[in-house]
Amino acid sequence: MKNDTPLLKRMRESRLFWPLVALILIFIVDGIFAPGFFKIGILDGHLYGNLIDVFNNAAPLMLVAIGMTLVIATGGVDLSVGAVIAISAAVSTVLINPALGNVLIENKILAANTTNTALWIVVLVDLAAGTLCGVWNGMLVSRGKISPMVATLILMVAGRGIAQLITNGQIMTVYYTPYWWFGNGFILGLPVSIYIVAVVFILAWVLVRKTSIGMFIESVGINSKATYYSGISEKNVKLFAYTFCGFCSAVAGLILGSYIHGVDANNIGLLYELDAILAVVIGGTLMSGGRFSLMASVLGALIIWTFTITMYTFGVPANALLAGRAVLVLVVIILYSDYTRRVLNKLSDRKGIQHGATS
Amino acid sequence: MVESNKDVIVMKDISKSFPGVQALDNVSFTLKSGEIHALVGENGAGKSTLIKVLTGVERQDIGVITLEGKEVSIRSPQHAQELGISPVYQEINLCSNLTVAENILIGWEPRKWGRIDWKKMGSQARQILHGLDIDLDVTQPLGSYSVAIQQMVAIARALEISSAKILILDEPTSSLDANEAEKLFQVMRKLKSEGLGIIFITHFINQVYEVSDRITILRNGKLVGTYETGSLSHLELIAKMIGRILSDLADMSRIKLESSKYIKEDALLQARGLGRTGDIEPFDLDLHAGEVVGLAGLLGSGRTETAGLLFGIDKPDSGSVTVNGKPVKNYSPLDSIKRGVALCPEDRKAAGIVDDLTVRENIILALQANRGWFKYINRQQQDELAEKYIKMLNISTPTPDQLVKNLSGGNQQKVILARWLATNPQVLILDEPTRGIDVGAKAEIQKLVLELAEEGKSCVFISSELEEVLRTSHRIVVLREREKVTEFSGEVDEHKIMEAMAGSGSS
Amino acid sequence: MAQQAKRALLDDDSLLTEKESNMAQRIKQFLLNNGSLLAGEKSDTVQRIKQFLLNNGPLLTTIVIFILLYLVGGWLYPAMQKPQVFFNLFINQASLLLVSIGMTLVILSKGIDLSVAGVIALTTAASAALLAKGMSPFVVMPLMLVMGIVFGFTQGWIIHFFKVEPFIVTLMGLFFARGMAYIITLASLTISDPVYRYLALTKVYIPFFEKAYVYIPTLVGPVLLLVTIYLSFFTRFGRTVYAIGNNEQSALLMGLPVARTKLIVYAFGGFCSATAGIVFSISLLSGYGGYAPGMELDAIASVVIGGTMLTGGVGTVVGTLFGVLINGTIVSILQFNGTLSSWWTRIGVGGLTLIFLGIQSLFYMRQKHS
Repeated sequence: MKNDTPLLKRMRESRLFWPLVALILIFIVDGIFAPGFFKIGILDGHLYGNLIDVFNNAAPLMLVAIGMTLVIATGGVDLSVGAVIAISAAVSTVLINPALGNVLIENKILAANTTNTALWIVVLVDLAAGTLCGVWNGMLVSRGKISPMVATLILMVAGRGIAQLITNGQIMTVYYTPYWWFGNGFILGLPVSIYIVAVVFILAWVLVRKTSIGMFIESVGINSKATYYSGISEKNVKLFAYTFCGFCSAVAGLILGSYIHGVDANNIGLLYELDAILAVVIGGTLMSGGRFSLMASVLGALIIWTFTITMYTFGVPANALLAGRAVLVLVVIILYSDYTRRVLNKLSDRKGIQHGATS
Repeated sequence: MVESNKDVIVMKDISKSFPGVQALDNVSFTLKSGEIHALVGENGAGKSTLIKVLTGVERQDIGVITLEGKEVSIRSPQHAQELGISPVYQEINLCSNLTVAENILIGWEPRKWGRIDWKKMGSQARQILHGLDIDLDVTQPLGSYSVAIQQMVAIARALEISSAKILILDEPTSSLDANEAEKLFQVMRKLKSEGLGIIFITHFINQVYEVSDRITILRNGKLVGTYETGSLSHLELIAKMIGRILSDLADMSRIKLESSKYIKEDALLQARGLGRTGDIEPFDLDLHAGEVVGLAGLLGSGRTETAGLLFGIDKPDSGSVTVNGKPVKNYSPLDSIKRGVALCPEDRKAAGIVDDLTVRENIILALQANRGWFKYINRQQQDELAEKYIKMLNISTPTPDQLVKNLSGGNQQKVILARWLATNPQVLILDEPTRGIDVGAKAEIQKLVLELAEEGKSCVFISSELEEVLRTSHRIVVLREREKVTEFSGEVDEHKIMEAMAGSGSS
Repeated sequence: MAQQAKRALLDDDSLLTEKESNMAQRIKQFLLNNGSLLAGEKSDTVQRIKQFLLNNGPLLTTIVIFILLYLVGGWLYPAMQKPQVFFNLFINQASLLLVSIGMTLVILSKGIDLSVAGVIALTTAASAALLAKGMSPFVVMPLMLVMGIVFGFTQGWIIHFFKVEPFIVTLMGLFFARGMAYIITLASLTISDPVYRYLALTKVYIPFFEKAYVYIPTLVGPVLLLVTIYLSFFTRFGRTVYAIGNNEQSALLMGLPVARTKLIVYAFGGFCSATAGIVFSISLLSGYGGYAPGMELDAIASVVIGGTMLTGGVGTVVGTLFGVLINGTIVSILQFNGTLSSWWTRIGVGGLTLIFLGIQSLFYMRQKHS
């Protein structure tokens, strides 16, 4: 690649390059082998088709990926995102429903299109619940000095139990149609969830790139001691990251709960941590922390979801995908790791020795 | 009794390169049995790479190594040890959770019926340590002993395992005080007289002359030469190390004399009874604008801890600090920065550089911390600041967007210094700012410190090289065993200071 | 060379002091050679026991907590005082004990193994499928062990040679294992093999305790525990594990076989998980990809509560035993109570782990300062 123009080189080295290539490849495969994938029509005044579904469904994952990026960039990880989705969705559905538990209620009332609590309060409480979980994780990691993996593992396991407690062990169904809007509605022809993702993304981007928080996060992830000596509160930076991740999970919980019209505390948001980590890793952020790119992680989430849908279209069962995704994460991490870089350097060094020693 | 001094190790025409840097270029080195051979050179000279090749951590690209006449290919650290090449590094490369006995003998531990024989291991270890004049409970974890003891244990291990033919000591005295260093030299001389070949890597020039027979000088990956110690004067040695005669050093004393007239009367910072249990006894200290105060003391005397207290890394257990007349209530780096106090820390790798960030980002980091999360220094301002300091400190980097990890040690140190200067401090504390830096850059930094004082700052200069402290300070505070002992000002005699550092009864 | 030097140093007392009379020198030499006997030092083993007690505060705390918990349980629910309840701990926690043993060594080496529950599930599913196809149980069981070893070895290989963090590798291992189990069988698959049934139902009566019994698979855990204790304290492998957990770089430079040891540690972890899976499949007589959900946390909890630090290098497998017993006691107490639902166990164990982690970090802080 000796004759790379500077622009081409910049593009190749940009974080977004390989994710975009991967995405385009998947689309090509879909275009060839899955006819109708790209068909978009108009129905009931909004866009409709497989592709739209893909974007709509990918929204919760994109949100969690945004939050997870920040956490991983500080050198940590949040395994509890799925559980936080469950908790926040559980909280919102419980507020809407007129009653729960062992109280006998007429089906008519239960299935009525009403809510016990104003929708805006429901949204607020949903967001607050998830954000609080994020604060909990953040405090454990930053003040309690517990390793992020262990701290969030605890919430990951106990969180499902908490969600069960909230819903009293029942699967909740919501009949209040305005609630359905978040996950199923459309604005100007596009799904509402996309707008929500865009808003959260812009919020995140402004917070990390238009303030110093982004640089501090990267600094903490790279060398936390030096960061501390430079006067930055490593604790607060980490607390922010985990809190924001909890917030993102809460928004994802809102969309998911809205989309499926209810909550199954055991299953909602299941395995989201796997896919979120995969998304961040595909986006090029190292697990050890440091430099990150929100856009790349969002692209990563899109890739995962498109890939999954493509596999479903070809009839591959979900369980096979589980094992496959796990392997994929490791493959991507290894591809991006120092080890691979060194091997590639060695290979290109051998070609480069003829050009004389580098100074 | 002394065996004829034949060549134990011959390294011929060794070259080794890493991505982007030629670490060793055609270097030849021989070690005779029964000699102490010093290996010197500034940072980036290639000393550590040469040792890594010899100890099997790296493999040379070109070149041949001969051990006692036979050509060898050193495959791994384990293999090197089997061959009798025993390194002892500056960082204690032992495991603090294992017992002393284990640390000495593991890998070659005595067995009984296939299992480890703890009793025998204990008695063997005790014997070995007696040989080095050390008595201690070998069943205790290593971590419960001082660094000096740990180092001796490291040496004991190096000697013990598989009949060492050569002993490599890489900066062994960095963590030792004068007495401990002298004891080490005694041991080295003894070992030498029994025919062991010792490679002694150090940056303490005095120690080179005290204990070595021959000196090999490396510079920029190339061999400058190997000399009999007696045949080379200090000045010649330094000149060969850096490739030029240093007249800058002579400049320094003149600058200092002139600048002492800028010292202000009132104290910028006053510490009264400031202390922290276990780190440093309560002390009083006044820092004035326009003055450089040097902190002298042996390792372990509490210099870094003092700096840490003044900067707010650690909270004091007693005493108070006032800055500009206002008493300090909160102790943290950020609070100190806001008050105009800055600390350039001792360990630049661990506490200084953020290696994956660019030079520009590293420079503005503390300043940004001072501004807080939301008052972002925009890109244009960042560029301006970076350019300013790159120029001021003569930082060698292709662009300000170069990742700091790609810079040499000396330039990294300058970047850290730039970071603190950017916060425009009134008080600037420098803890070992010239450690591991080539002699040329050292002089630059010393000069800069005096210039900063001239501009009205108050500087604290900490260094384990007394020479440096003398050259750069108007006033010298001496610490000994975690206690401030005394102060000297004006023209001072190096001997008086060393006496104060060593305590009563030193020779 | 060094031997000669050493002898020379021992002989030459001039190094010891500057000016001493000949007599003093000879006395010193005598003391050097016979000091330990004269000082009345007890044998090395007794000293070691004393040191062990001093250095193992956390372990002792754990044992005390277990005893207290058990006593409280027995006081609250008299039915809990029956000896069978104690042995039930071993029966019910058999799988947990096995995976925790493997987990202990992994954590001691400063790693972590989140895949344990997945390997259990995979083992049960694979066993059930193979047995259903008619394979002999005497082939299936060793085969599962081999699978566990290979699984663990692969994880260790990726961790060490590609330098990927253990938690991410083993987390993916967890998902991979469960995924594979689901591929083998979507729903729970029954085991009807006679050997398995025999192992599941045959009681082994404990001497001295009337009517108290365990099952044959229950005995595997304690046996493996003893083996692991021997490994940790009397083999180079075990000491290397401790060394790696403290400072891997140092262990490497000391010439210890770091790579090999790490691979073995994870392979051993896989072996323990597979063994636990076999025991699990025997006690449930079925296989399913969803079994043992969250057991990785229980295992980590047991190890942490047992006094092993997550930062590596400190702790013992003995402590883990008591961690498991505490886990089991809590479950027992909740069962005897009967009113609290099962997810409280999760929350309870999680809370206890947090408390112990907090104590650990305090301990660590204090140690650093002294």
